[in-house]
Amino acid sequence: MLLEVSGLAKRFGDTPVVQDVSFALQAGETLALIGPSGCGKTTTLKMVNRLIEPDAGSIRLGGQGANEVPAAQWRRHIGYVIQSAGLFPHRSVFDNVAITPRLLGWDATRISVSVADLLDMVGLQPAQFAERMPRQLSGGQKQRVGLARALVGEPRLVLMDEPFAALDPVTKDVLIEDIRELRSRLGFAIVLVTHDFAEAVRLADRIAILDAGRIIQMDTPEKLIAAPATPEVAALLAAPRRSAELISALFKGATHG
Amino acid sequence: MGDLFGHDWSSFPRLYAGHLGLSLSAIVVGLLISLPLGVLAARSAALARFALGSASIVQTIPGLALLALMVPLLGGRIGFWPAFVALTLYSVLPLLRNTIVGLRGVDPDVREAALAVGMTERQRLFQVDLPLAAPVIIAGLRTAAVWTVGAATLATPVGAESLGGLIFQGLQTRNWASVIAGCLGSAVLALGLDQLIALFEIGYQRQARRYVLAGLLGLAVLCLPVAGLFQGTPTSAAAAGTAGLPLAGRTVVLGAKTFTEQYVLADAMRRVLERAGARVEIKQDLGSNVAFDALLHNDVDLYVDYTGTVWTTIMHRDDVVPRDRMLGEIGTWLAANGGATEVAALGFENAYAFATSRATASRLGLRSIADLAGKSATLASDPEFLGRPDWVRTRDAYGLGSLQTRQMDSTFMYDAVATGSVDVITAYTTDGRIDAFDLILLTDEKSALPPYDAFVLASPKASKDAVLIAIIRDLASGIDNATMRHANAMVDLERRPVAEAGAWLFEHIKPPPT
Ligand SMILES: Nc1ncnc2c1ncn2[C@@H]1O[C@H](COP(=O)(O)OP(=O)(O)OP(=O)(O)O)[C@@H](O)[C@H]1O
Ligand SMILES: [Mg+2]
Repeated sequence: MLLEVSGLAKRFGDTPVVQDVSFALQAGETLALIGPSGCGKTTTLKMVNRLIEPDAGSIRLGGQGANEVPAAQWRRHIGYVIQSAGLFPHRSVFDNVAITPRLLGWDATRISVSVADLLDMVGLQPAQFAERMPRQLSGGQKQRVGLARALVGEPRLVLMDEPFAALDPVTKDVLIEDIRELRSRLGFAIVLVTHDFAEAVRLADRIAILDAGRIIQMDTPEKLIAAPATPEVAALLAAPRRSAELISALFKGATHG
Repeated sequence: MGDLFGHDWSSFPRLYAGHLGLSLSAIVVGLLISLPLGVLAARSAALARFALGSASIVQTIPGLALLALMVPLLGGRIGFWPAFVALTLYSVLPLLRNTIVGLRGVDPDVREAALAVGMTERQRLFQVDLPLAAPVIIAGLRTAAVWTVGAATLATPVGAESLGGLIFQGLQTRNWASVIAGCLGSAVLALGLDQLIALFEIGYQRQARRYVLAGLLGLAVLCLPVAGLFQGTPTSAAAAGTAGLPLAGRTVVLGAKTFTEQYVLADAMRRVLERAGARVEIKQDLGSNVAFDALLHNDVDLYVDYTGTVWTTIMHRDDVVPRDRMLGEIGTWLAANGGATEVAALGFENAYAFATSRATASRLGLRSIADLAGKSATLASDPEFLGRPDWVRTRDAYGLGSLQTRQMDSTFMYDAVATGSVDVITAYTTDGRIDAFDLILLTDEKSALPPYDAFVLASPKASKDAVLIAIIRDLASGIDNATMRHANAMVDLERRPVAEAGAWLFEHIKPPPT
C-alpha cells in the first residue's frame, strides 16, 4: 500500500469534525472524497499532509509514519492543489514552481529542466510563461501553475481540494483530461475532494462518501450507483442521476432526429 | 556661514548632526523593536491588543511631555539618552501597527500553500510573510521617519542637540530667521528621509541598482551639512595656549533655560571660564526642572537660577521670607537635598512684576497691584507663573479674582500689553522691553511676589572643585539690574546675536572688591 490512513479523528473545540476515518490507496490509484459542505473533507485532506495535526489515528506513506519526520520534510513529498491555487504573488511562475525542488536541495540544472518539463506538461509554454508574475495569468493558467508546482517534486501522492471549483466548464473539462494524462505518465496517486459526482467519476477509481465526519460508504462508482448503503448516499446520487438521464435522453433524441 | 540676518550660524552643523543622529538611531532601534514584536503580535490577538494599546497610549502623550518625562524616568539624565528613548517609543506605533497590519493582510491561502510546498515556519516568515507585508511595513517606516524627525525638534528642552535649538532660541529672542532655519532644516530632513526610503523600496522591488545608488547619493546629500562640523571650530582655536591657566584642560558644562537672559548669562560665563583656560560646553534651552535635575546628576556643572523659582517650584514652599533669609535657606536646603550648592548671588533680580502701558494705567487708574482689585481687566502671563503658588497668593492678597487670565509666551506679552490687546502682563524685571515700550510696573505693597535674585548653582561634583568655585564666587554682585537689562535688550530689541550681548556683559561684569 502507498498510503494507509487509519482511525483518523479531529475535533475543533467540542465539535468532532472527523471521526474514525480510515482508507488506503495503491500507487497510482485515485480516491475521491464527496460529501455535503462542512462534513470534514478538507480537514481530512489537511491531516494527510499535516497542515492539521490529527487528535488520533495514524498515517503512513510508503511505509513511513507521518510523525517519523519533521512536518516540512513530510510535505515536500506530497503534492497539494487548492481551489485558489495559492501562488506566491511576489514570485515568477518559474520561481513558484521551483520552490519545492529548491527546498529538496536539487541542483540548478535539474531544477530548470524539471520546471520547464512540468510547465510544458501542464500546457504552459515555458518560453512564454516562465517569467510571468501570477497576476498576469488567467484563473485556469494559475490552476495549471499550481498543478505544476504540486507535481515538480515527483510526489507519489497528490492531494487536491476542489481544484476545478473556480473554473468554467470548458477549462475544467480540458484540465481533467490533462490530469488523467499526467497521472498515467507520472504514476502518482490522488486524493481528490469534490462536490461534483461527475468530476469524481471521471478521475476516481473509488469514491468515499463522507457525512458528519465519517465515511459512510466507500466503493467503486459502479457499485455506489448500484447499491447505495444509506438513504444519504442515495440522496447524494439522485441529482447527478437526474441530470445524466436528462442529458442522455436529449443526446439520444438528437441522434435519432 | 557668516552672519546672515545677523545670526551666528556656526551652531547649525552641530545641531543638524545631532538631529540626524538622534532621529536615525531612534528609527533604527524602533524598527528593531517593532519588527520582531509585530511578527509575534500578528499571530497572537492578545499580544497585538496589548502592544498596540501601549504604543497608542505613548502616542497620545504630547511629544514635549513624553520627552520631559524621560528625564526623571532615566534617573535625571539629560541629553541624548532621554530624547533617544522617547523618540524610539514614539516611532514604535506606526512601525508596529503597520507590521501587524501588513502581516495579517497576507492571503491565508498563500500562507498555507507555503507550508504545503514544504517550507518551515521560519522559511515562510522570511520568504513569504515579510516580503508580502513589506510595502505596508515600509509605509509605516516612512511615517515613523517623518514623525520622529519632527518630534526631534522637541528634544532641545531635555538637553539633546537638535534643530529645535534654533527654533526654541529663535522664538525666545524673536529671531525669525533662526526659527525658519530650524523648521526648514527639520522639514528637509523629514521629507528627504521619506523619499530615500521610497527610493530604496523601488530599488528592491525592481531589483534595480540605480535606485539604490540614487538613494545612497541622497543619503550623502542629507549628511552634507554635518561636514561643516569638521571645519575647525573657533573653540578648538581658543583651546590653544591655555597651558598654565587655572582651569587648563578642564571641561565645564553650563546649563541654560529657555529665555534670552539665560542664553546671554551662559555666554558671558563661558567667556569667564574660557579666560581661565577651561573648555566650555553649553546645554541650552533646558526646561526649568530639567536644568535642576541635570545639575543634581552632574550632567550640568553650573547654571543660573532665581531664588523665587527654586523656592516655589523646587522646594515647594508657599510662604514668602525676606530676601536676605531666602538665599541662606535655599543653601541649607540644597545641602540636605542632593548636595548641589549655591555659589554666588549675581547682584540682579529678575522678578515677576505686574506691568501695564501708560495708556491703560491712566484709563484704569492703576499704580499698585491693589488698584486691579475688582476690575475686569485681562492679565497675560507665562504658563509657569499661573501654575505657581505666587499667583494664588497674589490673587488672594489683592482680591484679583475678577481678572481674566490668559497664558501667553513671554515673547509676545510685551507687544500685547503695549498695543493694549491685554491690560496687564507679568513682566520680568530685567527685560529690556519694559524700558523700550515705556511700561509701568505696579507696586507690590504687600510683598506677595517673592524675590527672584539670580544666583549660580553648582552641581555636587563641581562644588568640590575649589578652583572653579573660586572663579565663580568672584562673579558675586558683579551684574546689577541695569547691566542685565541692557544685555537682554541688545538681543530682544536690537536683534544682536546672543554672543554679542554675552561679550558685552562679560566686559561689564564688575570686578570683585579687592
Ligand atoms: N480551524 C477550525 N476551527 C474550528 N472549526 C473548524 C476549523 N476548520 C474547520 N472547522 C469546522 O470543521 C467542519 C469541517 O470543515 P471542513 O473544512 O473540513 O469541511 P469541508 O467538508 O471541506 O466543507 P466544504 O465542502 O464546505 O469545503 C466545519 O464545520 C468547519 O466549520
Ligand atoms: Mg473544504
